[in-house]
Amino acid sequence: MSRLPKMKMLMKVLGALVLASTSLTAIADNHPGIGRAATPKEVAAWDIDVRPDFRGLPKGRGSVDQGQQIWDGKCASCHGTFGESNEVFTPIVGGTTKDDIKNGRVAALSGNSQPQRTTLMKVATVSTLWDYINRAMPWNAPKTLTADEVYAVTAYILNMGGIVADDFVMSDDNIAEVQKRMPNRLGMTEKHGLWQTKGKPDVKNAACMKDCLKEVQITSELPVFARSANGNPAEQNRMVGAVRGVNLNKATVVKVRQPAVDEGLKLAKQYACTACHGIKDKVVGPGFAQIAEKYKGDANAEASLIKKIKLGGSGAWGAIPMPPQGHVKDSEIKTMLDWIMRQ
Amino acid sequence: MLVQDERSISLESFSLMSMQIKKSGLLRRAPENFLDAHLRQAITEQGLNDERRGFLRKSFAAASAALVSGVAIAKPGTAPEGDGDPLILNVQDHAKTLGNPVVMQGYGQPSKFEANLQRRQSPGLTRVPQASVSFAPLQGFFGIITPSGLHFERHHQGWIDIDPQQHRFMINGLVREAKVYTMDDLMRLPSVSRMHFIECGANSATEWGNVAVPTVQYTHGMLSCCEFTGVPLSVLLDDCGIDRKKAKFVLAEGGDGSAMTRTIDIARAMDDVIVAYGMNGEMLRPENGYPLRLVVPGVQGVSWVKWLRRIEVGDQPWAAKDEAIHYIDLQPDGLHRQYTSVQECKSVITTPSGGQMLLEKGFHNITGLAWSGRGKVKRVDVSADGGRNWRTARLEGPVLGKCLTRFNIDWNWDGGPAILQSRAMDDTGYVQPKINQLREVRGTRSIYHNNAIQSWSINEDGEVSNVQVA
Repeated sequence: MSRLPKMKMLMKVLGALVLASTSLTAIADNHPGIGRAATPKEVAAWDIDVRPDFRGLPKGRGSVDQGQQIWDGKCASCHGTFGESNEVFTPIVGGTTKDDIKNGRVAALSGNSQPQRTTLMKVATVSTLWDYINRAMPWNAPKTLTADEVYAVTAYILNMGGIVADDFVMSDDNIAEVQKRMPNRLGMTEKHGLWQTKGKPDVKNAACMKDCLKEVQITSELPVFARSANGNPAEQNRMVGAVRGVNLNKATVVKVRQPAVDEGLKLAKQYACTACHGIKDKVVGPGFAQIAEKYKGDANAEASLIKKIKLGGSGAWGAIPMPPQGHVKDSEIKTMLDWIMRQ
Repeated sequence: MLVQDERSISLESFSLMSMQIKKSGLLRRAPENFLDAHLRQAITEQGLNDERRGFLRKSFAAASAALVSGVAIAKPGTAPEGDGDPLILNVQDHAKTLGNPVVMQGYGQPSKFEANLQRRQSPGLTRVPQASVSFAPLQGFFGIITPSGLHFERHHQGWIDIDPQQHRFMINGLVREAKVYTMDDLMRLPSVSRMHFIECGANSATEWGNVAVPTVQYTHGMLSCCEFTGVPLSVLLDDCGIDRKKAKFVLAEGGDGSAMTRTIDIARAMDDVIVAYGMNGEMLRPENGYPLRLVVPGVQGVSWVKWLRRIEVGDQPWAAKDEAIHYIDLQPDGLHRQYTSVQECKSVITTPSGGQMLLEKGFHNITGLAWSGRGKVKRVDVSADGGRNWRTARLEGPVLGKCLTRFNIDWNWDGGPAILQSRAMDDTGYVQPKINQLREVRGTRSIYHNNAIQSWSINEDGEVSNVQVA
């Protein structure tokens, strides 16, 4: 038997092995060359989240007093001195009681005694407060507080809600104790069908097709003030088609759109002509309407005025000289004159 | 210069005219129909001069005179006066002039006649424009795709425009290796393109207790639907070697000031979630998260984290600010439902809808949108009598999972009062509920996840308004 067939076989086997090892590599690394390992410092810089079990919470401490100082400087303008403000955002503090701290449920949530829900009425987890302030506050300068400052501000908010004492110093060591005093700590439920795609719906309607109701009763209609509160539907619907928007302004006037911004006036503003010339009346120099009046019917007005503008001059309207405007292009002066003569 | 009162034309006579037309069973005609097209165009473009003002006065005088003499004006469906419509008989300016050159607009814009369709804020709804909402004009949309520039907006601390070359995306946590990806990396990977709806959990929130806002833009406009392109999150999690045994949840985090974070369960994260950079054939718009956002099909918009910078894999939910202080649903017993995510089956008629006006009796196409966060829309029924009797509408294709579906149904309006409703059913068999059914379980203060049947009342004048019925 020749050795050749054996060699061929060996080559085939080797070839198969090479292929196999290539595909094995591909399984271990699906997309070679895509992405890179994150460095530990990169992960630390971005992995800022804090979970309810305090995983991710950095070491640190801050007192109620320190928190008050930061609050007054960086928070009170939006949230109010006592976190009670309802001007810019909904209130943070209010609506919780000593009993709530004891029970872990905010009683006002099941009644209607509070007109509005505050943050402290809602939040069950102190980690959420810490994380919120750390990642998103202050409103216009998020992520600028140090960890100690975040502890301090958190402590101050909780102090305003009567959850921690005036002399409290909050830290990673005692935050778990604070959690036990959160007024609404037992106030959340995950027992509902809206978490998972296959969750069970809580209402069941039937697809009745005929004689489904004896009587149709209108239970609520748009309040009169709300008809126009979002503007005029006529201006929020297409101008052609099967329908139009209802025109709430139909009573007396039809507004015709303002003429397009006049190029001449735009240039007059751009070159600061309007600093000295009023539209109608004299400021330092004559009003544009006065110029139009004076040169009306003058066939040489344009040529003469171009010259005056470019070279400047005095005497025609008083002693104060018009400075030369040699840098303005002729075409632009013509555009301005076209506009001036229409004043 | 024009002074203000000359720019607004007093139309007392016109108003009188409208009333008379109404009484005679005809319909209000928009005032511009009394002017010829050339003049209308000139006024739109150049405003009023003396000459045009003169024409206007004459036109209105003629219109009023015509009315008094009992002649109906330009009533649709009737024969025109004289030889026919001057818009047909006379060669129009645009037909006998040279049009505009190519690339006059490097990025094309809608016709100036479409300017009424804008995303809009609802006054008084929010107090800070950086933490606010703008609603999409559903009343003017066709089909199921939302034009990118009209996609609704919801920002929590203002929108930003990130240089894509400077953007980084990180995966860390319960993975073999925490990794960093550039946009170049992500866009090199095999991509998928999927059409999905996105709806804010607070869509229709104003209607929990009673009717509060006038039009479908404000009742349902926190809804959009686009084709999104990107990399399946499962591909990236596998690329980092996700610990399939320990991983139970992922956290998505934004790169903006609010650093939005939301918990997503691992089954969903490994299913159809996309790390997306494309929207409707181009890159995401900055308002929608350019250059990277998460697409979480069927789930409320807040989880579709914009300006996405990081995914962390973990074994517990995070109770982040927007799932432990905001976006929690207060129930009558005082408990808050946490991690409510799914947008259940819902539909709404977009035309005719609140604030609109039917111009004529006779044929109308009732059209609207239906969707379900649990799957495909199976059927939509429409009622014109407040829910007593229903007919099944036509579903326009394609009907896709967790995507808007357009429905249409023929209707002859007899000129009498009507109450229109639509009721969707999805492929799980779930039927869109009535508002009272939702209230019985959830009360009126849960804010989020109102997927109730919407009712639009039509009066004899053809005016449509928002009502609730029982």
